[in-house]
Amino acid sequence: MSAPVLEDHAAAGVVGTRMLRREDAALLSGEARFVHDVVVPGALHMAVVRSPYAHARIRSVDVSAALGMPGVVAAMTGADLAAEWASPMPCAWPVTADMQSPPHLPVALDEACYVGDAVAVVLAGSQAEAQDAAAAVVVDYEELPAAVDLEDAARDGVLAHLGAPSNRAYTWELAPDPEAVRRAFDDAAVTVKERYRQQRLIPAAMEPRGVCVVPQPFGGEYVVYSSTQIPHILRTMLGLTAGVPEERIRVIAPSVGGGFGSKLDVYAEELLCLALARRLRRPVRWSEERSEAAQATIHGRGQVQEIELAADADGRVQAVRVHLLADMGAYLQLVTPGVPILGAFLYHGTYDVPAYSFTCTGVFTNKTPTDAYRGAGRPEATYAIERAMDALARKLGMDPAELRRRNYIGADKFPYSSVAGLVFDSGEYEAALDEALGLVGYEALRQEQARRRSDGATKLLGVGLSSYVEMCGLAPSRVLASLHYVAGGWETATVRMLPTGKVQVVTGATPHGQGHVTSWSMIVADKLGVPPDDVEVLHSDTGVSPLGLDTYGSRSLSVGGTAIALAADRLVDKARLLAAYRLEAAPEDLELSDGQFAVRGSPSTSIGIGALAFEAFTAHDLPEGMEPNLEASATYDPTNFTFPFGTHIAVVEVDTETGRVDLVRYVGVDDCGNQINPLIVDGQVHGGIAQGVAQALYEEASYDERGNLLTTTFADYLVPAASELPSFTLGRTVTPSPSNPLGVKGVGEAGTIASTPAVVNAVVDALSHLGVEDLEMPVTPERVWRSVGAAAPVPGGAR
Amino acid sequence: MRVTVTVNGTTETHDVETRMLLVHYLREIRGLTGTNIGCDTTSCGACTVLLDGESVKSCTLLAAQADGEEITTIEGMAAPDGTLHPIQEAFHRHHGLQCGFCTPGMVMAVASLLKEHPDPTEVEVREGLEGNLCRCTGYHNIVQAVLAAAHSGELVP
Ligand code: FES
Ligand code: FES
Repeated sequence: MSAPVLEDHAAAGVVGTRMLRREDAALLSGEARFVHDVVVPGALHMAVVRSPYAHARIRSVDVSAALGMPGVVAAMTGADLAAEWASPMPCAWPVTADMQSPPHLPVALDEACYVGDAVAVVLAGSQAEAQDAAAAVVVDYEELPAAVDLEDAARDGVLAHLGAPSNRAYTWELAPDPEAVRRAFDDAAVTVKERYRQQRLIPAAMEPRGVCVVPQPFGGEYVVYSSTQIPHILRTMLGLTAGVPEERIRVIAPSVGGGFGSKLDVYAEELLCLALARRLRRPVRWSEERSEAAQATIHGRGQVQEIELAADADGRVQAVRVHLLADMGAYLQLVTPGVPILGAFLYHGTYDVPAYSFTCTGVFTNKTPTDAYRGAGRPEATYAIERAMDALARKLGMDPAELRRRNYIGADKFPYSSVAGLVFDSGEYEAALDEALGLVGYEALRQEQARRRSDGATKLLGVGLSSYVEMCGLAPSRVLASLHYVAGGWETATVRMLPTGKVQVVTGATPHGQGHVTSWSMIVADKLGVPPDDVEVLHSDTGVSPLGLDTYGSRSLSVGGTAIALAADRLVDKARLLAAYRLEAAPEDLELSDGQFAVRGSPSTSIGIGALAFEAFTAHDLPEGMEPNLEASATYDPTNFTFPFGTHIAVVEVDTETGRVDLVRYVGVDDCGNQINPLIVDGQVHGGIAQGVAQALYEEASYDERGNLLTTTFADYLVPAASELPSFTLGRTVTPSPSNPLGVKGVGEAGTIASTPAVVNAVVDALSHLGVEDLEMPVTPERVWRSVGAAAPVPGGAR
Repeated sequence: MRVTVTVNGTTETHDVETRMLLVHYLREIRGLTGTNIGCDTTSCGACTVLLDGESVKSCTLLAAQADGEEITTIEGMAAPDGTLHPIQEAFHRHHGLQCGFCTPGMVMAVASLLKEHPDPTEVEVREGLEGNLCRCTGYHNIVQAVLAAAHSGELVP
């Protein structure tokens, strides 16, 4: 398939056009290979025996019956494997110096701390044999009381880990001027105090996880195939944790079927396959089943939020105060403790707020560990402030759009130093709001809403707004250091021309659906003046791309894309010197256009970059001191985060008789700075909106009071289907970021961040005249129906 | 037991375990790994194939139940010269896939849907694809792709 350019044709080149994706052919034809598709002769299949108790002492584990089952090669307990680990499973983000982190081994030794915690493994010739034998492992458990509810756990009624001093992992505080906050609340004309629950979510990438570790002949090396977002980080962490010299590990992430943060982790099964392959000198693989994924792959969200606003009589917010409880689950995975901190700086949202304080306590419970899930901390922050702004608007009797407009950080204030200590790069929040209001037809909707109310209609209309700003492009390494993150935030790239004039790009970013191959080739095609189809992008294999920090936090374009642009510039600089030598001209007199270096003013004197690549390759006649080949690398460490923003508006119809909520219209206006490919941007926003709507209306990882996960299948955990969602109307404003030379901001999480509060605000808005002020997520028909029954109508039917 | 199945026009006979699911037969015995497995409760549709032209979730059938039948998988959709089927082409043109894991099943479900409803409304498309989950696209562009494929005039009835 070629890469035709459909519309939005940019002035020159392909950047900015809706170029169709180069990834598609392999995925559409079934040729793409996911981990489960990799054929490895002689591989043993691993099955994991998991605790059926949320909290239990493991008295004994008897694998003898399993060992006698057909096809079984080995069965091992935590104790059998204990010597394999050089250190416990890694957590890379000790957010405070006194953070508690209970030791977490790939297979538990004497205490199981959540339903799904590994207690033994079985290896057999086939997956079915391994699973059958796993069922024959006999574990003698002594069930212990489990810390299940987050708020109960925070009170230390039941300890999630035996012998732990408390369930508190850490308390993290951001209070630049506590006195100013106190004063603002004392002087406030209006205050609101809201309490929200961020339910736990299951990321539910459509591809369950998979691992396959293949020991290499002769060298003592290991090829690790994993459905991971982070092959580079994984290699380092596998090396440290399993005690394998890092250079002996090659991690390959083949096609990866979505991640959303759930594959941004170092998992027990990855360590187990590596350790078992080392021990048995045979390939070992593991394929996660969906019901296993619900327990063994991280969950997202899981917070109780308390947010208070202090405002003057005109509705200008003077202070925001936030207290969070964050559910860590049973253990700290790779970045578990840092997730709420990623939101900590953003609870004042898009508003110019002079006083601010935030505290968060991370709490252990006997549940699956939480970690980064699409948006990671920022959806939670945006939800809290955007719901609270609507509560404030109701209290003031003010239109929610007007209240937002009054409080936005003005376009003239950028770069804006926020009260939380960030510098917002650029923004025009009001323009995005106006665009969204126009697209949705706001005034007409308000009239229709009033008409239905006065007609006593049972299908009420609700309109919900959400303005967001997020920080992405993780991240300046120095800033990460100040947040106690143990790694940096740079990204690397290499651009090289081959003798035939074709181009290879090596990137440290790791795509799993984002279309990096397309976008990266567009950036390089324009820089070098070659067709995008001539640019091959190599990624997701540490043997090919040895250094990188991978893909999460909407960082790939603003950090990884910038590294590519810088490397391409360096390559062009070298090519220019060679062209000048060939054309006997001064380098500064040469112009590169359409892949041709020509002397300014005499276009007939020119040489193509492909020809230069060949000359640099043969190296028969290079300028004195010039090295052969056209190849350049760059590592880019961003100077600041980027701050995408926008306004989303949801329109719902709420049936007061059944409680049913229909999302009938959805408008999203986003500003992600310059766009490399608006087609891909659209797709990212669509998918993000769907995931945010899913949190608002459908999904929850529910546990019973003993800590059993009740939602282990797609029959119980309601990932929305096409029939549950509308089409989306998208708009865009463009405010380039000054933080990077491409002027880009990132868009992978924006839709998820914006949509959840927009939808819940819409449902509350539909029912507000009945006195409904809040609805817990997911906003199910039952919750709506009950709230309507319990509500006391607001006198005069005020909003 | 012995089963004879025609897959994408090629007929083969194999000995299989009685409990073997069709999806495992396709992936392991026939080596056609384009058909994916996304769940264990027949809920996600990643495994959708055509059985005599009708879409079925291949994780719900035993290989034995396909004995003597004709199966089309994603690998059988493009022309032998590699030209994509109009449905595949429409997914490409409308950016109806991101990670691509749901895509093979989605394309097969669409083939069956369009056979039943050659000129579907948006609602019919959304309801017709109810059994196929996608976590990446929010379905917006999948729906656009299906409507475009229906109207491309290139679909063989
Ligand atoms: S694998 Fe999910 S429906 Fe068949
Ligand atoms: S494209 Fe990723 S699940 Fe559909």
